[in-house]
Amino acid sequence: MALEIQPLEQFTIERLIPLHIGRLDVSYTNSALFMTIAVVLITALMLLGTRRAALVPGRWQSVAEMMYEFVADMVDTNAGHGARDFFPFVFTLFLFILFSNLLGLIPYSFTVTSHIIVTFALAAIVFIGVTIVGIVRHGWHFLRLFVPEGVPIVLLFLLVPIELLSYFIRPFTLSIRLFANMLAGHTMLAIFGGFAAGVGLLAFFPLAINIALVGLELLVAVLQAYVFAILTCLYLRDALHLH
Amino acid sequence: MVRAVPAMPAGMSGIALPDMSESGPPDPLARLGERLDKARARRNGKPMPEPDNADLQRGAGLGFRIGIEFVVAIVIATGLGWALDRWLGTRPWGTIVLFFLGVGAGMLSVYRAVAGIRMPVGSRPLDKIDSGRKPKDDWDDDEA
Repeated sequence: MALEIQPLEQFTIERLIPLHIGRLDVSYTNSALFMTIAVVLITALMLLGTRRAALVPGRWQSVAEMMYEFVADMVDTNAGHGARDFFPFVFTLFLFILFSNLLGLIPYSFTVTSHIIVTFALAAIVFIGVTIVGIVRHGWHFLRLFVPEGVPIVLLFLLVPIELLSYFIRPFTLSIRLFANMLAGHTMLAIFGGFAAGVGLLAFFPLAINIALVGLELLVAVLQAYVFAILTCLYLRDALHLH
Repeated sequence: MVRAVPAMPAGMSGIALPDMSESGPPDPLARLGERLDKARARRNGKPMPEPDNADLQRGAGLGFRIGIEFVVAIVIATGLGWALDRWLGTRPWGTIVLFFLGVGAGMLSVYRAVAGIRMPVGSRPLDKIDSGRKPKDDWDDDEA
């Protein structure tokens, strides 16, 4: 009996509402649908949580407040003072990635963050934004970021390119980390799911693995959103506090 | 038989699923309440909180970071070198030089992730930036 496992099928982009502007394909896809769902859910959570703000928070309010406090604390401790201006950005980013990751774990749903173009776009926004913030705040002084202090001039010829490289690699590491984790996790889930479907009574074993994997994927989903947000904070910190 | 089994569990779980090996350290969200209390206490008075180094280093966050940092640096740098070679016709020098720069950048990223978020890109120690606060203070920050 041939096992039919197509673990990568779940990542297919489908055009739900075909749309074309000129030669540009701007169709509303399943990816866009799940982005919309994520945004709607986040907005609903925040509106619901703050609609009847009480001194003693109810369930929704405490969820909203916990999210807020968590990210606010993260921004404060990792990006330093003066970074509160960027709290809304980090908060949005964190919630969007978190919800996309978690939504993807629902069976038959689509994982937005398993596509590198999505994560790269997010990382590029962070990278370009941080660079602009740095240049606006420090002007040409910003370039000192790439010149290590107290290093012999000869070594600078080696170190400056390395620093430059490690700076420009940031959007790639940031996006590939998130994308690879989501892709690998969901592929694995699909593979073991396919085994379970194909081996009849023996299905107990792949199923057991899959249950464990879902738990792991939950952790990864939350953790990856956290890592993305915290790295954004650290990059912001570099741009804000260089002297 | 049974003899072979005990050696497995500790190490194997990490090796069997290389991509998922970060599952070991505890979830940073677990101590959320505790850290929130700490943050509230800390916010009063201290103008510039240090990066939460202890948290990051212990948390799984760090594990997630360094794994990919090194590899991506080398791959991107080498790819860049290869593209430059094609563009400028300098094969193979761009690839070679940028490969080694990539290794350097990768090591630097990993080193910084492990040795301290305290060092921004310019590898300037953070205590200089933070107007004289000694870095030692906050190594023991969370025990206090």
